[in-house]
Parts: sequence; structure tokens; C-alpha cells
Amino acid sequence: MPSPRYWREVPSRFRLEAVRCRRCGKPSFPARTICPACRGTEFEQIGLTREGTVITSTVLHVAPDEFAMETPYAVAIVETPEGARLMAQLVDCEPSEVKPGLPVALEFRLIRQEGHGGILCYGHKAVPAGA
Amino acid sequence: MAGIVGYGAYIPRKRIKAEEIARQWGRDAASIEKGLLLREKSVPGLDEDTITISVAAGRAALDRAGIDPQRVGALYIGSESHPYAVKPSGTIVVEALGVGPRVHVADFEFACKAGTEAMFVALGLVESGRVEYAMGIGADTSQGAPNDALEFSASAGGAAYLFGREALLADVLETYSYTTDTPDFWRREGEFYPRHGGRFTGEPAYFKHVLAASRGILEKTGLKPKDFRYAVFHMPNGKFPLNAGKTLGFTPQQMETGWLVPTMGNTYSGSSPTGLAAVLDVAAPDDLILITSFGSGAASDSFVLRATALLPERRGRARTVRSMLDHPTRYLTYGQYASYREKIILND
Amino acid sequence: MRDVAIVGVGMTRFGELWETSLRDLFVQAASDALHSARADHLEAVFIGNMSAGQFVGQEHLGPLLVDHLGMVGVAAGRVESACASGGLALRTAFVEVASGMSDLVMAAGVEKMTDTADVTEVLATASDQELEAYHGITFPGLYAMIARAHMEKHGTTEEDLSWVSVKNHRHGALNPKAQFPAEVTLEAVMRSSMVADPLRLLHCSPVSDGAAAVLLCPLDQAKQYTDRPVRIRASGLATGTMALADRKDIAVLDAVQRSAQRAFTMAGLTPADMHLAEVHDCFAIAEICCVEALGLVAPGTGKSAARTGETALGGRIPVNTSGGLKAKGHPVGATGIAQAIELVEQLRGEAGARQVRGARIGLAQNMGGSGASSVVHIFEGS
Ligand SMILES: [Zn+2]
Repeated sequence: MPSPRYWREVPSRFRLEAVRCRRCGKPSFPARTICPACRGTEFEQIGLTREGTVITSTVLHVAPDEFAMETPYAVAIVETPEGARLMAQLVDCEPSEVKPGLPVALEFRLIRQEGHGGILCYGHKAVPAGA
Repeated sequence: MAGIVGYGAYIPRKRIKAEEIARQWGRDAASIEKGLLLREKSVPGLDEDTITISVAAGRAALDRAGIDPQRVGALYIGSESHPYAVKPSGTIVVEALGVGPRVHVADFEFACKAGTEAMFVALGLVESGRVEYAMGIGADTSQGAPNDALEFSASAGGAAYLFGREALLADVLETYSYTTDTPDFWRREGEFYPRHGGRFTGEPAYFKHVLAASRGILEKTGLKPKDFRYAVFHMPNGKFPLNAGKTLGFTPQQMETGWLVPTMGNTYSGSSPTGLAAVLDVAAPDDLILITSFGSGAASDSFVLRATALLPERRGRARTVRSMLDHPTRYLTYGQYASYREKIILND
Repeated sequence: MRDVAIVGVGMTRFGELWETSLRDLFVQAASDALHSARADHLEAVFIGNMSAGQFVGQEHLGPLLVDHLGMVGVAAGRVESACASGGLALRTAFVEVASGMSDLVMAAGVEKMTDTADVTEVLATASDQELEAYHGITFPGLYAMIARAHMEKHGTTEEDLSWVSVKNHRHGALNPKAQFPAEVTLEAVMRSSMVADPLRLLHCSPVSDGAAAVLLCPLDQAKQYTDRPVRIRASGLATGTMALADRKDIAVLDAVQRSAQRAFTMAGLTPADMHLAEVHDCFAIAEICCVEALGLVAPGTGKSAARTGETALGGRIPVNTSGGLKAKGHPVGATGIAQAIELVEQLRGEAGARQVRGARIGLAQNMGGSGASSVVHIFEGS
């Protein structure tokens, strides 16, 4: 992954920075310029709580080459208490045990790397709460 | 007086048992468990490294301190497994923790001692008044060569310490360092696994430095082993710290709380700092604590700390070391372990 | 706007066509289309292609492909909407003719997927790179999440999913151009290897090479080219949220609903007027969601429509008589055009063993990404 593309996303990837629309209250993660719900352009900066619940999920048995050594792995859509939804791998659990409603915590992890010479790309993954 | 205002640890949730490693190499598991007092060790996932461990431990330290991360003026990470050969771990950790950009950051390396080295420097900067708060982290995802004795111990984990001058959870009463050039253990640039001098790592290396630093700090403070409630010595295996403590006059009761190695393994730069975190998880106000690290090459740093009345009410803000150590999620086969530790040759 | 008709079609076999390059695939399909209409000229060509840049390292397909067609000078360009690129090319050509801008226009689609080692990664570029693909999700993975949400909400089962594959392979067995012209048993589908839980290998469309092309002209000029023009009654294009996480209801493909509403409104028709449909069954769950979103079956009955035979050949509303993406193959950029060709053959009564008796009106629905774009065309035979 080219460094600038990765670096640009640091606020949301590293710190879960998000915004909440001042007009309609909808959270956007990552931050947007225009609210997708009401087209408002005034936002309040918020940080997402590093916890949430699973909305839906899958377990990947066939993965892109970069993730091939991690299969099978679970990926879920997680909703935070702020009402923001994000996609994340769900780790440190049996992938088959991931179900809707599962409470999770979001932890800082290495997400991907390009071989042994490229940059390391970090972000958040979910783990079952209390794991 | 300066001291610890926040602390935190992180231990990956996967484990491999010593008997599984012994089975792989046709070794006698019982003799390893009895001889080195190692039963199992933590194993990092493919997504865990010194940086992610540092972020988890550092976040817990900030949570316990309850301060604005922007007030942290320095952050140092000691590790012998920084993910990049060139490019700092610390920059990623400060961005993730919301520290900086007005912060001084450096990565340290001193074999297993780099963690207390980071703590030592952070403490000094706070004491000098140069910065208001400073964080020192020791973390590692160390590798032992396959079928080497180190493979039974080299594990993953770390701890972070935030130093300040107010609202202390533990006062730092004294420090003492003892350093000589002793090539007992090393890894050259580009080498995947470290090499070591076998039994040379014992008497002239570990014991010489641990005993000298510990005796030095006792002499400097005028304290006796019986004055301490807890003592933590670097844990390359189960046996060395107990023998060192015994030689110094400490009892097993003083050492057992911070003696995590039988189920955690040796977390290298994170070893004695994680042991100290386990002590802070249970220490009562006014308890005296001795911690002595050891890093091959070789040196030891000793700290004498005294728990404050604030410690018990703050420790509940983050997970305890025991809660992480005693609840692994998965025991790995050697094959899975080899895969997680990237010991299997793959094309790029 | 002028009424528009399809007057010529051409299509390669779909499959692993190791000996044929992207440009040759296009030339085969385009030449056949020209030949079928006895046309010797073109005013414009729109080429639907998802990712030649990543699959074969080739961008700038417009001039390359008309050059190889021996038609240097013709207006040409590539249009892209991931797996809906073919449908978008058809719509673009439709608008070009309907507007009066041009009189004889080709809509083509082509994809050469088997030259690439990591097809999964290329396809994943149709998802949100920063929010989805970054985290290691794949296309089967995104549709697997939709499937689980559908199962949770509607009680859809793995067997329901599997019946879609069984039905489409039954249809595909009758299509000589299909990549897998063979039936599969329910047991074989349900025993096939897991790709992204709950989607198994035989719930997923294959990796394919192929090209397809159709010729469009104003309806009142159609007789110059064919005795049996098929009129394009409507074109509806719509978008939905790019990221699956941003959908209100993950089990609903609202872009499909919107594109269908637009097409039905334009045609002045309703779903009940359709005699057959080609829908975007990239994964079995997609057909279940799409037949509901298109209004072809009653809400909540999408899951059972394949099993009961409602959407099978001979049923009330046959869906994917071509074999669908599942059996016919899914060279992504070509799929939208291939769907149109199946409709043309059916509405002309030329579909052979797959023929839906009395078929006069049908629709084709082509979808991009995890449902973030959808295009619906309604066709009427003469
Ligand atoms: Zn808004």
C-alpha cells in the first residue's frame, strides 16, 4: 500500500476519530465533508468508544493473498455505542462463535503488510468483550 | 517526588505448552518443566507485535492515570523486536494513544533490559522537570530458534509506565544501574534468531548483574530484603529469578506475585515490567517493591518503589495482569505456532 | 427521446478461455454482433469492463478495441460500474441512441479474468478500499454477511441458497455458451467447500473470461438490420451506499429496488407484466435478494422461489434461464450485456431448449459491488 494513502487515514484507523452531524445527529465514521443523511456540513468531532456489538458477520475460508495465512477468520460489522458502524476482523475467538449481538471490544492491531519489505498497516480489530 | 501515575500491561491470548514444543523435538517435557520451571508461554497472533502490545499497555496506563494524553511529553519503547529495522515504533504508538505531536519519542534496544531503560529515562525527565508526564514501555514478541532452549521461553507481552509528579500510584524511591560489556546473547542485523553463550548467560551474565544492581540499590537505600513486600527479578526462565532472589535473601512469598514466567514465558523487554504490573495489581499502600531487570550485553536496572493510597482505587480502571494471564483463549499446536511465528517459509 | 431497439447480438462462449486474449474476446463478440445485423459501420462503441487495468494491465480500451475491430476512428470508450459495467454500457448506448446523438451504437462488455493470480483481491476493489477491503473482506464475504442478515431476518436456510444454484445449473445445462453447462445436485452444492460462511463454492459464480456485444439503433430504423428487433422499453440506474456497514438493512439491496422502480415507471409496466428475468446471481443470496427487490416475487418469498419452481423454467416467472452468472459464467464486465442477449434470444423465440413459451416482455438486472450500483433494463419483443 502506498504510504500516503495509508497515512491519510491515520486519524480514523488509529484513533477511531469520527464526526456527528450537528443538524441530524448522524455519526459518520470516518469523518465526511457532507452528512450522508441530511447533507449538513457542520459536524462535531467525536471519538468512537472502543466497544460495540456485532450486527452481522462471516467467516472467510478463501482470502486475498495478503490474508491467506490468517484463514479461517471472522469479519464483522460492528456498531459502537455512538451508532457508528464499521467493518473489522473479529479475532481471539473461535470464528464460528461470532453471532449477531455479540459484545466486542476494539483493539489496535496490525491489519496487513505487503510481504517482508512494505509498510506495516495498523488499525482496529474486534475481540469478544472480556476475552 | 516523581513516581508512577499510571501503568498497564498486555499479554496476547494464545498459548503454547512446553510439552507441545518438547513433543515436536522429541525432548523430555518433564525435565523442561522441572528444570526451567516453564509450563506454557504466550504467543502473539500475526496481528500482534511490539507496537500493538505497547498501544494496549499504554492505553491502560493512561486510563489508570486519567490524564489528557496531550500532557505526555515523552514516550519511549524498549524492545528487541521493533517491527521495523528502520522507522520508529514510538511514532505509531503516540498517534494511536492520542499523544503528541508535541512529544519526544525514541525506541530503545538493550536485549531484555530495554523496558526498564525506557522507564529509567522517562522517570528522569519527569524528575528533572523537563516534561510533565513521560511514558516508558517495555514490550516484545521475541523469537527463539526452533529446537533451541529459548524456544520454550521466548514469548510476547509488555507493560507501560506513566511517570509524573502528582497523584502517584507508586513513589519511585531510588534507581540503580549496573552495566558491563558481556557478550552472553546477541543478534546481528539481518539474523532472524538470537544466539547465546549457553551456560555463559548464567553466572557471569544474569546473576552477576542482577545481584550487583540489587545489592547496590539496597545499599544506596539502606533497605534490607525483609523491608520489602514484593520483589521482581527479570525472568528468562522460572529458575533464575528465584535463585537470584534467594541469594539476595528474598523469600518465595515476596517473589511469587511478580513471578509470571511459568505460564507467560519470557516477554524480554516486557518481562520484569509485566511482573511489576502484576505486583501493582495487588499491592497495598506503603508496600515496598524491588524490581531488577536484566539485559544481555549486559546490565541490570533496579528500582525501589512504594505503593501509595491512591493505587487501590485506580487499578480497577484497567485489566489486571492475572486476568490476562489466567484466561488464554486458545492453545496452539506446534504447527499453528510455527505459522503464527512466521517460521514457515513463504514466498513474498 | 427516440424508441430504441437491439438489432444485433454477439457473444463468446464463457469460461476459462486460455488461448484468447481480452482484445480477441471483444473482436469475436463484436464481429458476431455486426454480422448478425449485417452492419458494416458503427457510430459509437461503449465497452463495459470492470478492471482490465488490474486483470491484464490494460487501460484505454476504447481505441484499442475498435482498432482491433478494424474501425479506427469510431467514437469509443470504456464505462465502469464494477460488475454492472456491462449494464451501464448498455444504458449509455441506449441514451446515445434515444437522444438522437447517434444512430448505430454498440454496447459491449468484456473481461479477461484468468490472466490474474489474485482475482479475489482485484474483485475486492469494487468494495470500499479503505473501510472494507483494507480489513481483508472479499466479495463472497460481503455477500455472506448479506446472507447471514437475510437468514436472521427471514429464516432463509443454506438449503434455500443451494436451490438457487441447482435451478440455475439446470438452466445452464441447456445453454451451449455456459461455462458449466451441467446440472448439480442439492447435495453437491451443500457439500462443496466453504468460501465465506454460509456461502460455499457452488453458491458462487466462477472466474470467467468472455465478451458480449449488442447493436442498438432507433426502433424506426431497425428493419434495416433485422426482422426481429427487440425494443428497450426502459433503463433504470441507481446507487446505494458503498459500504455494507452503512446500509439501514443489510438484507435489503435498496439500489436494486430504486433501479427497478425507475425502469418500471419509465416503461409504464409492473413486475407482474414480466414474463422472465435475468438477475444478478453473483452469489446465490443475491438472486434471493434481487427477485424480492425487483418485485418479481412476493416479499419474503425470495428464499423459496427456486425450490418451489416459481423462478424455474416452466414456473410463474423464470429467472436466469441462461444459467445465470452461476452456471453461464461471470466475466464481470460482459455479464450485463450477456443478460441482455439472453433476453433478446428469448423475446425473439430463439432460445431453443431454454425457451420461455410466449415470452414477450422481460427484464435484466445487473449489479455492481455488494449492491452499491444496479441497472435494470426492460425489453419487449416485436
Ligand atoms: Zn446530518
